Amino acid sequence: MAEMERVLFTKEMKKDYTILVPTMLPIHFQLMLDIMRSYGYKAELLENSGRNVVDSGLRNVHNDTCYPALLVIGQMIDALESGKYDVHKVALMITQTGGGCRASNYIHLLRKALQKSGYGFIPVISLSAGGLERNPGFKLGPMMLDRIFYAILYGDLLMLLSNQTRPYELEAGRTDRLVDQWAARLSGQMRGRGLLSYRKVQENYKAMIADFAAIPRTQEEKVRVGVVGEIYVKFSPLGNNNLEDFLRSEGAEVVVPGLMDFLLYCIYNQLNDQTLYGGASRLRDGVMKWIYRFLVKKQLDIIQLIQAEGSFRPGGYFPHTVQLVDGYLDHGVKMGEGWLLTAEMLELIEQGTCNIVCTQPFGCLPNHIVGKGMMRIIKERNPKANIVAVDYDPGATRINQENRIKLMLANAHAIAQSEQEEDTGDLPMPQYEDYEELAASFR
Amino acid sequence: MKEKMQTVNTTVGIDIGSTTVKLIVVRDHKVVYQQYERHLSQVRPKTLELLRMAGDLLRDQPFTVALSGSAGLGLAKAAGLPFIQEVFATGEVVKKLAPDTDAVIELGGEDAKIIFFTGGLEERMNGSCAGGTGAFIDQMATLLDVTPEQLDTLALAAQKVYTIASRCGVFAKSDIQPLLNQGARKEDIAASIFKAVVDQTITGLAQGRRITGKVLFLGGPLYFFKALQREFVRSLRLSPENAIFPSMGRYAVALGSALYAEKTGDPFTYGQLLERLEAAVTENHTAHRLQPLFESQADYDAFVARHAQATVERLDLDSYTGDAYLGIDCGSTTTKLVLLSADGRILYEFYDANHGNPVEIVREQLLLLRRRCASRVRIRGSAATGYGEDLVRNAFSVDAGLVETMAHFRAARRFQPQVDFILDIGGQDIKCFKVRHNSIDSIMLNEACSSGCGSFIGTFAQSMGYSVEEFARLGLFAKHPADLGSRCTVFMNSSVKQAQKEGACVEDISAGISVSVVKNALYKVIRASSAAELGEHVVVQGGTFLNDAVLRSFEMELGRQVVRPAIAGLMGAYGAALYAQSLELPESGLLSLEALEQFTHTSKSTTCGLCGNHCSLTVNLFSGGRRFISGNRCDRPLGGGSAANLPNLYHWKLEQLLALPRTPGPRGAIGLPLGLNMLENLPFWHALLTQLGFEVVVSGVSSRETYTKGQFSIPSDTVCYPAKLMHGHIAELLEQGIHRIFYPCMTYNFDEHKGDNHYNCPVVAYYPELLKANVAELNQEGVLFLHPHLGIHRPETFTEKLYAALAVPFPDLTKEEVAAAVQAAYAAQADWMARIKEQGRLAIAYAREHGHKIVVLSGRPYHIDPEINHGIDRLIASFGIVVVGEDAVSDLVEPVRVNVLNQWTYHARLYNAAKYVTTQPDMELVQLVSFGCGIDAITTDEVRSILEEGGKLYTQLKIDEITNLGAVRIRIRSLLEAVAERDRAAKRAAPAPAPQGKEAVLHG
Repeated sequence: MAEMERVLFTKEMKKDYTILVPTMLPIHFQLMLDIMRSYGYKAELLENSGRNVVDSGLRNVHNDTCYPALLVIGQMIDALESGKYDVHKVALMITQTGGGCRASNYIHLLRKALQKSGYGFIPVISLSAGGLERNPGFKLGPMMLDRIFYAILYGDLLMLLSNQTRPYELEAGRTDRLVDQWAARLSGQMRGRGLLSYRKVQENYKAMIADFAAIPRTQEEKVRVGVVGEIYVKFSPLGNNNLEDFLRSEGAEVVVPGLMDFLLYCIYNQLNDQTLYGGASRLRDGVMKWIYRFLVKKQLDIIQLIQAEGSFRPGGYFPHTVQLVDGYLDHGVKMGEGWLLTAEMLELIEQGTCNIVCTQPFGCLPNHIVGKGMMRIIKERNPKANIVAVDYDPGATRINQENRIKLMLANAHAIAQSEQEEDTGDLPMPQYEDYEELAASFR
Repeated sequence: MKEKMQTVNTTVGIDIGSTTVKLIVVRDHKVVYQQYERHLSQVRPKTLELLRMAGDLLRDQPFTVALSGSAGLGLAKAAGLPFIQEVFATGEVVKKLAPDTDAVIELGGEDAKIIFFTGGLEERMNGSCAGGTGAFIDQMATLLDVTPEQLDTLALAAQKVYTIASRCGVFAKSDIQPLLNQGARKEDIAASIFKAVVDQTITGLAQGRRITGKVLFLGGPLYFFKALQREFVRSLRLSPENAIFPSMGRYAVALGSALYAEKTGDPFTYGQLLERLEAAVTENHTAHRLQPLFESQADYDAFVARHAQATVERLDLDSYTGDAYLGIDCGSTTTKLVLLSADGRILYEFYDANHGNPVEIVREQLLLLRRRCASRVRIRGSAATGYGEDLVRNAFSVDAGLVETMAHFRAARRFQPQVDFILDIGGQDIKCFKVRHNSIDSIMLNEACSSGCGSFIGTFAQSMGYSVEEFARLGLFAKHPADLGSRCTVFMNSSVKQAQKEGACVEDISAGISVSVVKNALYKVIRASSAAELGEHVVVQGGTFLNDAVLRSFEMELGRQVVRPAIAGLMGAYGAALYAQSLELPESGLLSLEALEQFTHTSKSTTCGLCGNHCSLTVNLFSGGRRFISGNRCDRPLGGGSAANLPNLYHWKLEQLLALPRTPGPRGAIGLPLGLNMLENLPFWHALLTQLGFEVVVSGVSSRETYTKGQFSIPSDTVCYPAKLMHGHIAELLEQGIHRIFYPCMTYNFDEHKGDNHYNCPVVAYYPELLKANVAELNQEGVLFLHPHLGIHRPETFTEKLYAALAVPFPDLTKEEVAAAVQAAYAAQADWMARIKEQGRLAIAYAREHGHKIVVLSGRPYHIDPEINHGIDRLIASFGIVVVGEDAVSDLVEPVRVNVLNQWTYHARLYNAAKYVTTQPDMELVQLVSFGCGIDAITTDEVRSILEEGGKLYTQLKIDEITNLGAVRIRIRSLLEAVAERDRAAKRAAPAPAPQGKEAVLHG
């Protein structure tokens, strides 16, 4: 049958092609693009949004496909049609996760859509940890991966600090300015070659934490609202109708678990597959375990620095997060966000953020199980949990979504009020001496 | 906080919902005033009006005030007034005034809400898909041509209740329409509508929590409709003292707002409040707005003149003498008639809503025609088409019937002989077909989910207080048409709400709805990305295109002019009349004038007991002893038995699975739920567990009752129906006293080496986890629910892993025992798959020997469940077709390379089956798709392109909880007719040119 020939991104293209990348996490992606640029790629983050993007998606993707695919592909084709780019000098980049969720098919749907709109000649680069497709002109060398890895950690930290500062800042806009300053500074530092100095990285962490701590803040208590969900609609303002802005405008502090957890989740699943089904070589398994422990340690370092400084609440520690779902579901549930989504809800609750928006594209298959499917027992075992599931799709109206979120917020305020009367003590946080033990407990 | 306002003793709550405004005044803790009115989208003026009506009470002293409700949100923001979320408001009021309440059910215009108080406070609203309730009831009443009050009265006199899809209003509507056309009693339909609302509330909202104890029912619909009250009490099995329908029910939210205002609000004077509301004109034109349809009257005139050219000549019936041919199109909402003269001119035409009783309308028309024709005009042929084709044919002895797609094609060819694309938007469906080589090439019909487009305009116009014509005219010159999106009508309802909130006027909304209808057709049904795809010569028709605003939107969206015949609404009837003429009968058998005068029609409902489907039959009896049975899925109740004798692999597979023995064993009983992947892997688990000494008990074949039994524990109402049924299967096993249930999680499926990987879909893979978390009984003391994650794709490690999983609950098992059982299991599964293939070969051989066509009915293994496939296999067989499944033929070709990631075992079979079908001249493929199956969004396009590249037609049937078999029948008939036409063309033009061209290039 007529199989489409894959258009490769060649070495020649690297010179003068611009790689267009759809936005998911503004801070992280900006850092990653800077890294790509410093490695000689021309890259641009797509920031076009609005009705045109959705319409373009509707025209080019099967309408029952999940909303993130529709948006990402819509955003790309809308950009190609905007006249801003020489379409014969651009390439597109999209992430490819692999796994039993249909998200692993985005790249193919994108290629089909390009073909259909007459852009079949545009190369599409798959960005994936598993290395599903190869392109001669695009290689993630070890040095670049090293930088991307730190970009994720930096991005997570900046996101965490700014989320805890922005709602309380006395001078409006100060937090965002600091985020921009740091992003620029970090990009500059990562420009060179060779492994990054971890000492330097840790100094950055400390300086970053100190800088945010120095921003003058109000002392008022705000309701904290956690955001979990399918990775794209969870993080992308385009995907979730600017959910974070909305929550903040309603007087809430937003808590968003970071991207590092998702990366760790992917690695954890490979290890767990070995436990459940066997079949991998001992060497491969050993290497994966080493990587897992390495990454977890890096996450722990940040947590400890935040705790040492004392102004901010750190994010969850992955090996602990892993354990939270015991008794809820098995770690074998690994499609889409899988068990991690349930774990993140439990992590938020454990950290005292009981109000949660669980975001998903309309009809998201894994979320039937790990999102909506788990809410009943989560609420049963955590009576304070106040969770609202919100579906996103091209037809869902904002008013409908906001009304449901408002209900959750009304309850959140009521709970906060009654709690103030009770005055609960400090949040139950695991002590970090336990952490090493936890990490080791994973065999 | 601010100091308490000691002097303020009055508080006002205003609840502005999607359809009504409710205002309440509380003074000294007593309700002194209440008012309830529909706002017809005039939110702010209506609120002001209500406030002024209460002016005497409020003028003299300051009071506190708060707004609530979905439409109140925007107004409160714009006016800077306190707002309280409506469900929260209800919760507050109930806690204060009826503290012994266990649960609240509140139905509003478009929202449904539930609050649980006992056992953990929980407040929920319907998801965005669940559609409206009050508005839904209104819509259904319109469909039955009665007022909502009459609907209630009718329902109270019901004798039986039909199952009507309850998840979404649009689904329900497409179930009701055929019932109406089949002549079911209005009383019964009315009661079924209320029952559907109740079911929707229970599945959509309760989500795993049982509604028990003292239940408070609030909101307008639950106050007004006694039949709805009765149905709730019955369905929830509430005793009278536990079902409370307070007279204040409609005002609960308003009252809650008033209480909230009292606690937190600043006082206002009457004048201040009016002033704020007056000034709160929401900004105009902020939201997405579209191009106007016409810039000027001159543009419009030119447009009208152009389309006026596509017309049919008319002749005066009363002065005509000679032969005539009659076409009747009995559609879902309208009935159309055309009488043609011998030279093709129109002698008589009729178009009207069928008001829920098409038989009576047709009789009136035929009487009138017979009288006017007298002996001058001889009707020499008659043909019927449309949903009610069979009913009308049987009632009036119409000579012939033809599937509506063919009728439309015949008609369109008269206007544009080169037509290569026909789009028909009727009341209930969108149909479009591509024409290639002078025959219908591909047919696309809207799924149940996006249907209702034409009638949506009608219902919406009415709800805003306009006639359809008036409403459409308003849109023509709208300055800033509102962008309402392109989804189903339920979504459109909330888009309209949003647009109104943003200040869109009626004109903008009218134009916006027209654009939406068009976008729906283009992007959802046709799935076009450019106008070029549709072809050069497009003919549009169907009643909806008589609306100039829709026609104009279509041309604008397409960027091309199209032909709209002046008789756009009559094309089905016109095509039928042309067909009647082609029959060349000497005389029509149509009922004579005398027979028509004495015509009687009665209908009664009954349930067919001939098979497990238990179809609800409607038996229509006509004068002269003619009768017509409808509602059946196969021809057995009609006395036919042909379907039963042909090989049908769907039926065969199910029989084989059910024949697996239940052998008592020393380890006692263990249950397996017969759904999802168990419908393929049962031989594996059965062999394994039997060998281990268990007595394997399989839950029965699914039925509607299976669904109902488990309904209340379904947490996600948009998951596919096959998954939802699992809740019932578990319930059935537990009911039988089986306390050990085995249902493993399987990320991976068997590796059949057809694709890049061998996954199950997330739902099949992990549904056991969901059951464990939501079916409370599975966590009870004494119940063992075994759902380990197992990898059958890796036989070499399987024994060890399985042993580890079983050793905990069954410590006496030995590894050797397990190893032997595993071996037996793999052997049993291999044997089963081989038998399926062998049976497939036999069926195909039988078909060829006896000259039957073959349909590869392709879906998933669980589609053999009759409650999931709704008897579609039998329906297809009733056309004399041999039915095999995708699994029987998928090994007959080399693995297909596709343009998507081919990583699911079941789905890889589809691609192969499609490829194989393209190599077999006597085979067609029909794909079954369960609603909500996200993965099929990927497979369907791919299967379609494989088939089309191979010169085959693609037919997709989307199925859900309930399926409108009428639509399925049309599609199957269209497919068969198109295939026959293609075969005839091939014979005429042999050697036939290889089918290629635009399509191939497009996908190539």
